[in-house]
Amino acid sequence: MLTPVTDADGAPFWEYAAQGELRVQTCADCGEPRFPPRPCCPHCQSFAGEWRPVSGRGRVWSYVVPHPPLLPDYAEQAPYNVIVVELADAPRIRLVGNLVTHAGAPLGSFDPDRVRIGTRVRVVFSGGLPQWVLA
Amino acid sequence: MAGTGLKDATAIVGIGQTAFARQLPEDERTLACRAVLAALDDAGIAPGEVDALASYTMEETDEVELAKAVGLGDLTFFSKVGFGGGGSCATVAHLAAAIAAGQADVGVAWRSRKRGSGPRPWTGTAVQLPTPGQWTRPFGLLRPADEIAMLARRYMHEYGATRDHLFNVALACRNRANQNPAAIMYDRPLTREMYMTSRWISEPLCLYDNCLETDGALACVVVSAERARDCRRRPVYVHSAAQGLPAQHHGMVNYWNDDPLTGPAWTAARHLWKHADLTPEDVDVAQIYDAFTALVPLSLEGYGFCGRGEGGAFTEQGALEIGGRLPLNTGGGGLSEAYVHGFNLINEGVRQLRGTSTAQVPGAATCLVTAGEGVPTSALLLRS
Ligand SMILES: [Zn+2]
Repeated sequence: MLTPVTDADGAPFWEYAAQGELRVQTCADCGEPRFPPRPCCPHCQSFAGEWRPVSGRGRVWSYVVPHPPLLPDYAEQAPYNVIVVELADAPRIRLVGNLVTHAGAPLGSFDPDRVRIGTRVRVVFSGGLPQWVLA
Repeated sequence: MAGTGLKDATAIVGIGQTAFARQLPEDERTLACRAVLAALDDAGIAPGEVDALASYTMEETDEVELAKAVGLGDLTFFSKVGFGGGGSCATVAHLAAAIAAGQADVGVAWRSRKRGSGPRPWTGTAVQLPTPGQWTRPFGLLRPADEIAMLARRYMHEYGATRDHLFNVALACRNRANQNPAAIMYDRPLTREMYMTSRWISEPLCLYDNCLETDGALACVVVSAERARDCRRRPVYVHSAAQGLPAQHHGMVNYWNDDPLTGPAWTAARHLWKHADLTPEDVDVAQIYDAFTALVPLSLEGYGFCGRGEGGAFTEQGALEIGGRLPLNTGGGGLSEAYVHGFNLINEGVRQLRGTSTAQVPGAATCLVTAGEGVPTSALLLRS
């Protein structure tokens, strides 16, 4: 499986995820959350950022079901769902992830035919990665 | 010349290409040389007169190697455009701008690619995953098809677009390829049943929603409108040209934008029409970038052929076929002629305005050519 190769801007997201926390980069001056992380706030141009915890609840904004040819580790689990989650408390923040049956379950554990746009989900963590389960 | 704009200041006077196939024996550099020489021969211009080059940043054959191999003159302008298939039309636009500004006289744009037999970028696992790969690839969103399928699903959900609409796009391209002996899908008709029962690549996109993996190369020659009058072929004027990188855009994964379904096409279109004497109603034929069928309805909306959310419905009743409102990708496009990062769409646009297409639109005098939607893009409005 591919693990995140982080950059300086993204590293805090993964450090919090490893501790089981979902946090989003937020402007320390104007309070606007932003994703993906970057050095500067596009709204007020401030370089002061902080990582604010979010509720970890959201809704499926869209989803796909990849089929092979895929990288071998992923082909073994296909077909699986990949979802984009719109966060409940920061609707403009959308995160790519997987809807699984329980924390630590494989990508293909939740039947892709049962995924719907609008489905309510909540975050769980496994091995430093956020995953999503039915809320 | 400064400040007078690009409008009709330059023209495409030569086009060239190699064969298209899943596998060609020659390497990319050799194919690039063949396409460039073919385009210059078509224009009736000697290689020694070329003083400008433009291609994609993803092009492997660099300017030094190409110029040396085919015997180009002293180059005074060279440019490369980023973002893969978003760069195609911009290569011509950069040459047009350079020539209009007096930086060069004879420009060649080209793309050579062995995507059919060569490696595909998404298969790399050892390479560092750059931003935004860290946000997508661990979760199995691996390929361009997966990234665009995510937008396609949302688009279909929001606007009621259907797989039949995507099929209409695939069918129009295939029907035109069936008329084009140079197309990879020349003798291979497509039916609705084949489409609906084909294997999935990334739901909601199936096999026929995806472009062809192709080996091949293409090139075209750009000169001033004045010079064009003395060339061998009827000039095809660059009436308007634009690039588009919208505010807060994220290439391929634009679902991080505030309004993900208005992509780079919208930005490019605003500039394109602002500097044109024409409107979408005046376009006789369109070559719209089709790495995936779902990009076409998004582009139809972005370039103003229909309202927002109406791109799917626009494809109904044969609108994209010859005789329809907007004949599409008349050489077969990336879906059925060849996928060479969209450069074949430029050459086909030129053929339409010369009146030499294998699927000629009678009396075609204006053609829109677009580059990849979903990434920072570019577009050309060509006229005869
Ligand atoms: Zn701010």
